[in-house]
Amino acid sequence: MKVAVLSGKGGTGKTFVAVNLAYSDKNSVYIDCDVEEPNGHLFFKPEIIQKADVNVKIPVCDEYLCNGCRKCVLFCEFHALAYIGSKLMVFDKICHSCGGCEIVCPQKAISEKDKTIGHYEYGDSDYVKVKTGILNTGETSGIPIIKQLLKDDPYNTGKDIFIDCPPGSSCSVIESIKDADYCVLVAEPSTFGAHNLQMVHELVKLYNKPYGAVLNKCTDGKNPSADYCQEASIPILESIAFDRKLGLLNSEGKIAAQESENYSKLFISLLKKIRMGVEK
Amino acid sequence: MKIAIPADEMNLDSQVCISFGRAPYYLYFNTDNDKADFIENTAANAPGGAGIQAAQSIIDNKADVLLTPRCGENAAKVIHSSGVRMYKTVPGTLLENIELYKKGSLEPLTDIHPGLHGHR
Repeated sequence: MKVAVLSGKGGTGKTFVAVNLAYSDKNSVYIDCDVEEPNGHLFFKPEIIQKADVNVKIPVCDEYLCNGCRKCVLFCEFHALAYIGSKLMVFDKICHSCGGCEIVCPQKAISEKDKTIGHYEYGDSDYVKVKTGILNTGETSGIPIIKQLLKDDPYNTGKDIFIDCPPGSSCSVIESIKDADYCVLVAEPSTFGAHNLQMVHELVKLYNKPYGAVLNKCTDGKNPSADYCQEASIPILESIAFDRKLGLLNSEGKIAAQESENYSKLFISLLKKIRMGVEK
Repeated sequence: MKIAIPADEMNLDSQVCISFGRAPYYLYFNTDNDKADFIENTAANAPGGAGIQAAQSIIDNKADVLLTPRCGENAAKVIHSSGVRMYKTVPGTLLENIELYKKGSLEPLTDIHPGLHGHR
């Protein structure tokens, strides 16, 4: 089964939940799709077995073949091309690597070259395979790296997959949950948290995914996220109390389910509920 | 000489638009005959790359000078490679800024911002 863990905002506990689920499963792959700030590897400390660059294609123009017709400039939906002073300018950070400019060029002046936008690292920790994607600073889209991470390969075969999504509800999150069998929505007890929960809730409904919520950092006071779950009939899989000890464990890069009997039980029970949700 | 300025509205008393790439209109003012043409910015609502397309149109319309309050890095790359000179407008109308430019009172635009790509 493939389980995606997501939340509308950062810092709710996506990594905490995804790491502990993958650890409790024991026969699993943990995939860190938060390629702008991957941090799940800090808990698993995997031995890296495979590492490679992730490239995208960007156009290059042969000035001798180009006759300045500008068909490519007009074609580019993303305005990644400009034609100035009889020279084609390429803005590679805006280019979406669609390859259209090469196809529409009547002079065959455009070809493609590789551009590295980041890399991936695959490794092993005790029970869990760990896949991490890292986007280079300054690059605009991590989607090609996320696609690479989620490809079915020998690492994934026969294992349960836990996907740690990027924060938010934009295209990189959509890419991360696309093939998921179940979505876990992690939310904080604040008005802002409830608003962001609503955003990811709308997203998983749109994609017809089975889902449930984990309310994290719960206190005795009000919980707008719990109120939203009730209003929108979102099943609450688990409420995790605010716990200073948990903060300490996390800050030391320790896996709570490994260190504490209580959290071990909590995540095994959460895993069971998710399995039931998948089978429904 | 042709002066280009991003404009909020299609008249010379309009304010200069605060955005170059996403301005609704561009004024092209010909100082030889004081003729003013307003052209709609087709890139104003583009999801991305608006500045690049806008800069391309400034050059295609053969402006010699661009007066603008701000300019993003991608648009600036296009403008710089074309030889069009950029000057920084001051708060006020299009006409006021044209007069200031003629008197040589506008400063060259040098503070290029890193762009607001995707953040609107």
